[in-house]
Amino acid sequence: MSVVIIGGGQAGLQVADSLRGGGYMDNITIIADEPELPYQRPPLSKDYLAPGKKPTPLPLRGGSFFADKKIELRAGVAATSVDRSARTVHLADGAALPYEHLVFATGAANRVLACAGADLDGVHGLKTLHDAERLHAALTAARNVVVIGAGFIGLEFAAAARAHGCEVTVLEFAPRPMGRALSPAMGKWFTSAHAALGVRLRLNEGIDHFEAGPDGHVGAAVSTIGTSYAADLVVVGIGVIPNDILATAAGLATANGIVVDEALRTSDPAILAVGDCANFPSVHAGTRIRLESVQNATDQGRHAAQTILGKPAAYAELPWFWSTQGGFRLQIAGLSAPGDETVLNGDPETSRFSILCFRDGRLSAVESMNSPADHMAARKLLASSWGPAPEEAATPGFSLKTFARESLLGSTQ
Amino acid sequence: MPSITFTQPSGVTDVVTVQDGTSLMRAAVTNGVDGIVGECGGQAMCATCHVYVRPEFADVLPEVGDDEEEMLDCTTAERTDRSRLGCQILASADLDGLVVDVPADQV
Repeated sequence: MSVVIIGGGQAGLQVADSLRGGGYMDNITIIADEPELPYQRPPLSKDYLAPGKKPTPLPLRGGSFFADKKIELRAGVAATSVDRSARTVHLADGAALPYEHLVFATGAANRVLACAGADLDGVHGLKTLHDAERLHAALTAARNVVVIGAGFIGLEFAAAARAHGCEVTVLEFAPRPMGRALSPAMGKWFTSAHAALGVRLRLNEGIDHFEAGPDGHVGAAVSTIGTSYAADLVVVGIGVIPNDILATAAGLATANGIVVDEALRTSDPAILAVGDCANFPSVHAGTRIRLESVQNATDQGRHAAQTILGKPAAYAELPWFWSTQGGFRLQIAGLSAPGDETVLNGDPETSRFSILCFRDGRLSAVESMNSPADHMAARKLLASSWGPAPEEAATPGFSLKTFARESLLGSTQ
Repeated sequence: MPSITFTQPSGVTDVVTVQDGTSLMRAAVTNGVDGIVGECGGQAMCATCHVYVRPEFADVLPEVGDDEEEMLDCTTAERTDRSRLGCQILASADLDGLVVDVPADQV
């Protein structure tokens, strides 16, 4: 009897923690390919990059956690294959671990830019602690920063680079920033907000190639419209691809991630998948999706542990997300979709407002800027299906917090 | 360095020595204090580092910020007038000997 977890991120550790919390007494092993004590990634593109002395990473759990909970952490070694008929995982160091249940918590890898010059010195990705350490050091000397991709990571990095006093240009081939995650209205607001921070955000303009300077280090980024931007530091943030190669090789169903059912089981019921690598049926999206977020990693980790403990149920936790860019604190509850109707609450001029998204007259998501009370109210409402109608939300003076308090109190009477 | 005591609902205590400028959340997570989660990494985004500060220390704490104020309304365990987010309290000499109670639930 044992559980083997491949992946030492938020999701993998949560599975192990929740198994112990649920009374699981047998062996638990976590295989983490990075050598460090497992750490939190979200700060790496935010606080970690702030000017000042080299920061220390924030661990996901203290070093004593693994001994206290009798969880074996094998750090700095990769899983190389899974033999499903023998229920054994093989590791790069030659070890073979038998399992009763196996959990893929393998996360995702940065999408790689394929253009000319993408391999020059000074062109970075941002995913690991090692990446963040290099970037923290590079920012102290950088003058001209070019960011490829106006997603969360790219814009968080852009704001951090501005705090170091760098000139910052962001190239985004799409017409708006964070287009995959945000409503057009919030995307438009962020476009202005980054301009106010001094970030040069170039929309409808992608990267064509990089050119080396005299020292062989990157010197310029040339865009798809032929404009050349001076660059001594480049960060590429163009999305991720799920780490599902090992699962595919093991014969599991994969399609934009490892395909799981509502209890997070793969096509082999002894094997589960959680977090960024899992393609799961979402009641909130009404279709299969894959999410890259702390909420999804930890909630699926808790859920998978219950499945292993013999209590399978349908995963239905509400998705939520956050990003901090300069002084802008964005929180998102729920999943919006293209074409959702939107209602504005608050005044965008004050950088304190929320955008409520509706699909077929029902609240689907709320994007809050510097408005945590709206966000937390939205999480409660979306989880309970007691949202306001769009007409009500558009009434002058409407408060999501007040609405949530009144409707949720009413629902329990 | 200031010494901070985390008291669990069971009465078990963890005494942690914290570097000046380090948040109570980070100190608790790093030292394996049960019941302090810090899921958002210290950005006052998740309210999973909720603590109850003993009243005798109320005067030495920094004011509750706007973001913290709003997030505290949404903690899993009940908010009281002693509630704070551990990520928003940075250790300093003034806080030496601080005692905080860890709530039963954070998620």
